[in-house]
Amino acid sequence: MRYLVLGALCLLGLGVLSLFIGVSDVSITSLLTLGADGRPAQVLLASRIPRTLAVMLAGASMAIAGLVMQMIVRNRFVEPSTIGTVESASLGFLVVTILAPDWPVTGKMLVAAVFALAGTALFLRILRLVPLRDPLLVPLIGIMLGGVIGAVTTFFAYRFNLLASLLAWTMGDFSGILRGRYEMLWIGFVGMVLAWIAADRFTVAGLGQNLTTSLGLNYNAVVSLGLIIVSVVTACVVVTVGMVPFLGLIVPNVVSLIMGDNMRRSVPWVAIGGACFVLACDIFGRVVRAPYEIPISIVVGVVGSGIFLYLLLRRPYGAH
Amino acid sequence: MAHTELSATPSSLAAPKPARRPARAIAILSIVALIAIGCFMLIGASANWAFILPFRAGKLWALILVGYCVAVSTVLFQTVTANRILTPSIMGFDALYILIQTIIVFFFSSQALSGADPRLQFLLEVATMAAFAGVLFQWLFMSGNRSLHLLVLVGIVCGVFFRSLAGLMQRMLDPNEFLVLQDTFFASFNSTDRTLLGVSTVIVIAASLVGLKMMPYFDVLTLGRPAAVSLGVPYKATVATILVIVAVLVSVSTALVGPITFFGLLVVSLAHAIAGESKHRYILPISILLGVICLVGGQTILERLFAFNTALSIIIEFVGGIVFIFLVLRGSMR
Repeated sequence: MRYLVLGALCLLGLGVLSLFIGVSDVSITSLLTLGADGRPAQVLLASRIPRTLAVMLAGASMAIAGLVMQMIVRNRFVEPSTIGTVESASLGFLVVTILAPDWPVTGKMLVAAVFALAGTALFLRILRLVPLRDPLLVPLIGIMLGGVIGAVTTFFAYRFNLLASLLAWTMGDFSGILRGRYEMLWIGFVGMVLAWIAADRFTVAGLGQNLTTSLGLNYNAVVSLGLIIVSVVTACVVVTVGMVPFLGLIVPNVVSLIMGDNMRRSVPWVAIGGACFVLACDIFGRVVRAPYEIPISIVVGVVGSGIFLYLLLRRPYGAH
Repeated sequence: MAHTELSATPSSLAAPKPARRPARAIAILSIVALIAIGCFMLIGASANWAFILPFRAGKLWALILVGYCVAVSTVLFQTVTANRILTPSIMGFDALYILIQTIIVFFFSSQALSGADPRLQFLLEVATMAAFAGVLFQWLFMSGNRSLHLLVLVGIVCGVFFRSLAGLMQRMLDPNEFLVLQDTFFASFNSTDRTLLGVSTVIVIAASLVGLKMMPYFDVLTLGRPAAVSLGVPYKATVATILVIVAVLVSVSTALVGPITFFGLLVVSLAHAIAGESKHRYILPISILLGVICLVGGQTILERLFAFNTALSIIIEFVGGIVFIFLVLRGSMR
């Protein structure tokens, strides 16, 4: 518990740091001298605070989504971007953008969530049809499924002349976040809280259908709840931020390397770890090439796939 | 190599029929390839022959080169790794090439490069790629007994890693410089790089000659390391040379049209299905012909009939991904 407070303080520190980094000059002195109506205060309220919150929410909820998925599938290497959920969500977003461009963002997000749910269910269906002995096959099939769905998305984007916007919105990037354009991520936060409450159930569901039923839980209900949480969180993040590869994979794995596998104990750590990790990457992306920014998906892509490679090659059979 | 469980049997997509003659397949495919080439050159070229024919000939040559490079590099890579699922592009070879391109641009600014001959730069990239890929993949394959699935997953993640790193370095460049260089990073079937055609041809011929000398070893290598060693193949040297050839061929095809992940897998799986044999004497020419037919024929159909221009690579990715899932699942069910 004491360490958890320390982790929260660390996150808070990064958050405060994030508030004062950027092109426009915002500092404590300028805030005090120019007052609440000055430009620094406006930048702070309209851009910096929303952005910092968005980064934290997206990081924490994606990490939790990965954890939930790993519990349900009982495989360490699954997360929304390795099982086709992210690609399905962006396909849904593209479809609704083509068919109903005037819909409010929330409606588009819901359509994306439905697609994400369908894609994830398809993946689970494939897993159930083909019993896989090798745990490494699960993410492999998932990544390929994501690739196929991605090709469909690219094809339709190409046909409807949306290729450039598809590239723009799938590239995970926080630089467009302003007040009024990130609030949907709070839905992801709700999903995260739900996942925390239901953590024990996911752990039990991970033991398999028979054992879950004999312990008195409705297996299908638990799995459906988990899938809905994962799909909604993914859809929110994809619609507001874009894709952030491997985030839900590395954070839970690193946490379990350090703390072991008790889910209820590790949920807050995964949430804080995800938020801290994405925030650190975002700050790095803003600082390293100032005044230009490096999109978060590139920074997380480098660090995340590096850690993923380490996890894979750490042991001869890294999955157990 | 111990992980031959997915692949080493000569069965293929269809049940093998002993009556099928690979030689006849080669003859038929050659005719189809010639028809495809003819259609590509002639359909819709109503007037102004003097302009259209040389223009299309350059494009055609690029497509043929790419088909050749992808087919040969995939077959050789699968030979070295003794399986039918890994291909150079799934293992991240073309992402590595893009990363090397970026690194070279990163360390010599675009001013220095724009003055230099692009062909010289290309040679430098290919050499770096060959050295780097040779070392990296030799380490990955030769150190310890890794499972095939682990290798594929590592390859895919390596691909993401290389691409992200390349992206990071491209963003670190001056934005104006980045815009200037963007063309070289993203090629497509439509805008192949003409200046590199000549030097590419020379490189490909050289690599093929080296490979031709090792032809007798190929079939033996498919049996896996222990069998190959006990049959007298100088294993390490042969594998290292083949990996370098593969790296060179992948560099050429990536430089000409950019990365296409599943094309090699698609072509070679199809070749095995058609040949019903796994002797390189048949598989190599059939794969090459199929590669040429797919690219030239596909481009002709899409470009002339449907007026789609960049869709070929998307369709290849779609079909190839499904074939890959199918192959992996079938292998694991066995």
